[in-house]
Amino acid sequence: MQDDVILYVSGLKKYFNTTEGVVRAVDGISFNVKYGETLALVGESGSGKTTTGHVIMGFYPPDDGKIIYKNKYELSVPMKKRPLELKRDIQIVFQDPGTSLNPKRLVKDIISLPLLIHKIVDKKKIYERVAELLEYVGLSEEFMFKYPHELGGGEKQLVAIARALAPQPSFIILDESTSALDVSSQAKVLNTLVKIQKELRLTYLLITHDLGVVRNISQRVMIMYLGKIYEEAPTEKFFKSPMHPYTQMLLSSIPTLSEEDEKIKPKGIESIGEIPSAVKPPSGCRFHTRCPFAKPICSQQDPPDIVLDSNHIVRCWLYE
Amino acid sequence: MKETSTNEVRFLELEKKVKRENWRRMWFRFRKSKLSIVGLSIILILLLMAIFAEYIAPYPSHAGLYIAFKNAYKPPSLEHFLGTDMYGRDVFSRVIFGFRYAFMMIGLVLLLVVPTGVVLGLIAGYYRGTFIETLIVRLSDIFISLPPLVLALSIASILEPNIFNAMMAVSLMWWPWYVKLTYSMTVSLRNEPFILAAESQGASTLHILFRELLPIQLGTILTKVTLDAGWVILIGAAISFVGLGAQPPTPDLGTMVSEYSKYLPEYWWMSLGPAAGIVLIILAFNLLGDGIRDVFAGE
Amino acid sequence: MLLKIDNLYVNYRSYWYTLKVLNGVWLKVERGERVGIIGESGSGKTTLLKTILRILPQNGIISKGEIIYEGRNILKLSDGELAKIRRREIGMIFQDPMAALNPVFKIRDQLYDILKYRMMAEGRNPSSKELYEESLKLFNDVRLPDPDRVLESYPFQLSGGMRQRVMIAMALASAGKLLLADEPTTNLDVTIQDQILKLIHRLVIEKNLSTILVSHALGMVYHMTDKVYVLYAGDIMEEAGTKELFNKPKHPYTQLLIASTPRLSSIGVGEGIKGKLPDYRNPPAGCRFSPRCPYVMDKCINTKPGRIQLNNEHVVSCHLYD
Repeated sequence: MQDDVILYVSGLKKYFNTTEGVVRAVDGISFNVKYGETLALVGESGSGKTTTGHVIMGFYPPDDGKIIYKNKYELSVPMKKRPLELKRDIQIVFQDPGTSLNPKRLVKDIISLPLLIHKIVDKKKIYERVAELLEYVGLSEEFMFKYPHELGGGEKQLVAIARALAPQPSFIILDESTSALDVSSQAKVLNTLVKIQKELRLTYLLITHDLGVVRNISQRVMIMYLGKIYEEAPTEKFFKSPMHPYTQMLLSSIPTLSEEDEKIKPKGIESIGEIPSAVKPPSGCRFHTRCPFAKPICSQQDPPDIVLDSNHIVRCWLYE
Repeated sequence: MKETSTNEVRFLELEKKVKRENWRRMWFRFRKSKLSIVGLSIILILLLMAIFAEYIAPYPSHAGLYIAFKNAYKPPSLEHFLGTDMYGRDVFSRVIFGFRYAFMMIGLVLLLVVPTGVVLGLIAGYYRGTFIETLIVRLSDIFISLPPLVLALSIASILEPNIFNAMMAVSLMWWPWYVKLTYSMTVSLRNEPFILAAESQGASTLHILFRELLPIQLGTILTKVTLDAGWVILIGAAISFVGLGAQPPTPDLGTMVSEYSKYLPEYWWMSLGPAAGIVLIILAFNLLGDGIRDVFAGE
Repeated sequence: MLLKIDNLYVNYRSYWYTLKVLNGVWLKVERGERVGIIGESGSGKTTLLKTILRILPQNGIISKGEIIYEGRNILKLSDGELAKIRRREIGMIFQDPMAALNPVFKIRDQLYDILKYRMMAEGRNPSSKELYEESLKLFNDVRLPDPDRVLESYPFQLSGGMRQRVMIAMALASAGKLLLADEPTTNLDVTIQDQILKLIHRLVIEKNLSTILVSHALGMVYHMTDKVYVLYAGDIMEEAGTKELFNKPKHPYTQLLIASTPRLSSIGVGEGIKGKLPDYRNPPAGCRFSPRCPYVMDKCINTKPGRIQLNNEHVVSCHLYD
């Protein structure tokens, strides 16, 4: 394993038993996250992107595969059995600001919890540290003694970010952290995330469906569809020359706001069909049912990894 | 991060101020409903009467064994607000002592029932999917499936009939309802992101149960407690009425109603006093319960 | 002029307090015009649409104003007259199809009801064969595959995209002249959203419908409308032709909102807007945006700005342009 890899994932699988059958939420994915980067994991609902994040957090164990963190921790272990220093080092910011903070706890109680657990500061200086953290994410110290229902959506997410920063982690999973916000508060949260990453040298795994957000804070992008990763590229390249038909479809579907943005969108492809059920995913390339360029082989065999140039990998028979 | 000159003391003072402010806000919401103030006032007055019964009751000695046949069967008068009974005891004095027993019953039952039920419910909900959940939920289901009054009566009839045993019987049929309540709320909250966040940061199970899960449920639990207080009296009275609770001459309200009902309708005032006492105390707790619900619903 | 709203005030009354939501809203829709309303969630967009159809909840009170639809004030129509308009002239696509469709009835029952009422309002008494044929036509319009299966399904048996198509079919069934769309794609994936938007776009042009599209997704409004109103906290802040508004926004709120939107072609988003929507129990007396406005002046706090006509297609309500 390379030295610059903070998180190594290989052959990860997670299936869920439901009344309709086995849902193959994540079906054999492998990737690396490098120290200090933001890797975006992009997909629509049912793609398995959130499941991937939750498996890394240890909310449920994987069915197969390896997850190695910082070259020494095995993350297949459920959350409860993880050592305390691991619980300190990996943090998550959830999607819904309404449910990510306990409605009956004051902001200072929410943020001081990790400080107390991990003994980050002396008990007598807890409030000072909470105030510092709040100021750091752009909130004044008055927020300490507010209840979540007194805050706006963006402010709640900033508190959630302060909570995640409190134990001084090195890796943060952003699970659709800005999706539920209005653009006016999303901008503030995005800018804060970028700022703290630069200053604290944090690594982000950004889970999202919003390519506009991806463009603004990530260095690398992975596209997930029905439990598998189909394209992986540095952000610049990804937006300049998207290769996989699904990626192109995704990009072409974004309602843009200007002529320059419109130029980025791939031409000659139009969104059709709907995502099939993850209980009975299509054979071969899972996208072939909606792909305008599908060939016979697409429905028979999984596409191979095709390395186009540095770091740009696409899994598609078109480029064989 | 940069050093701040703000000192901890200032924050602590700010916190105190905010806490006071919150209490004030809760009191404001409570006050908005006139009826809950009425309920609270009645309860406070009755409680004071119960505590200082010896000094308030005009004839404190009439509470227990006391016989003065020359005064028997007197209708209400200035001397005896609620008349006298068949032994010549002042009914008003006895009702005041009756409140003492009523509050003791409420206190004892709720003290036994609420913590037990709530803690078991929290644990069962938290350990969803394990044998701990099955054990607690099945056990409380068994108790719930038995008709409550029948259960209480049969237990009371096995044991020596006195007020303490009657209350034990009532408690035994009551705790599962608190398990049900907290269990269902805990299950629905168990996988909320804020719980996951605290757990993933390393919070202990005790913290999750009592600092994260319990505070959210507190409003609902308190509302149920106040509404239940009236029920405790009613069930206690029912047990006493059939003779399995407190025994004469204990001045228990239910026992009194049972004793005096034999003299209806000629000596109506005898049963009227204790019956009105029961109605009053139940009414007061129900009014209070509504007020408490408003306090928590307003958030 | 198809629809003209003027000086509309709507409050929600509850036991303890009154929420003063719409604060003198104005709006004009020409025949065949596609109008967009943008603004943050909670700014009163849905309330405005519901007021047009008079389907506000019980505690919603229209305290002032008029809504003139084809020369008649909707707020003064009798229930019977209003029902006629709702059945054949105005249709609405709701945000959440799962909430708008009744879960215990098959799609057929719900769609037939709507069609039947419309045809009866037109003085016809349709047979079940006519209803079936009309349904097929509608499903074809919204590109729903396998119409027979859909008709026999309950809402939960359909996917999100299909439910939204059914909703659109139902709205079309009664939208003879005006289509109201309230965040029609909020809960859908991007690729499905794209399909639905293109569908609405095509139908609106084909059938020459006027539309009011309400959304907080600016990109969607940019592509689908001719004219845009910016609604903030129950006040219209700006009105302009779509291209004009997105290229030359005048109101500080509009400017900040547009700057906050992430782009595909460049990195960096604006500062966002500090603070949150005002408390509708006690909203600011002057400009409702003043507590969050970076250019706030003394008069903004106490005096509500009037409508300032900048050019023939651009109106702004802001003291900066007095």
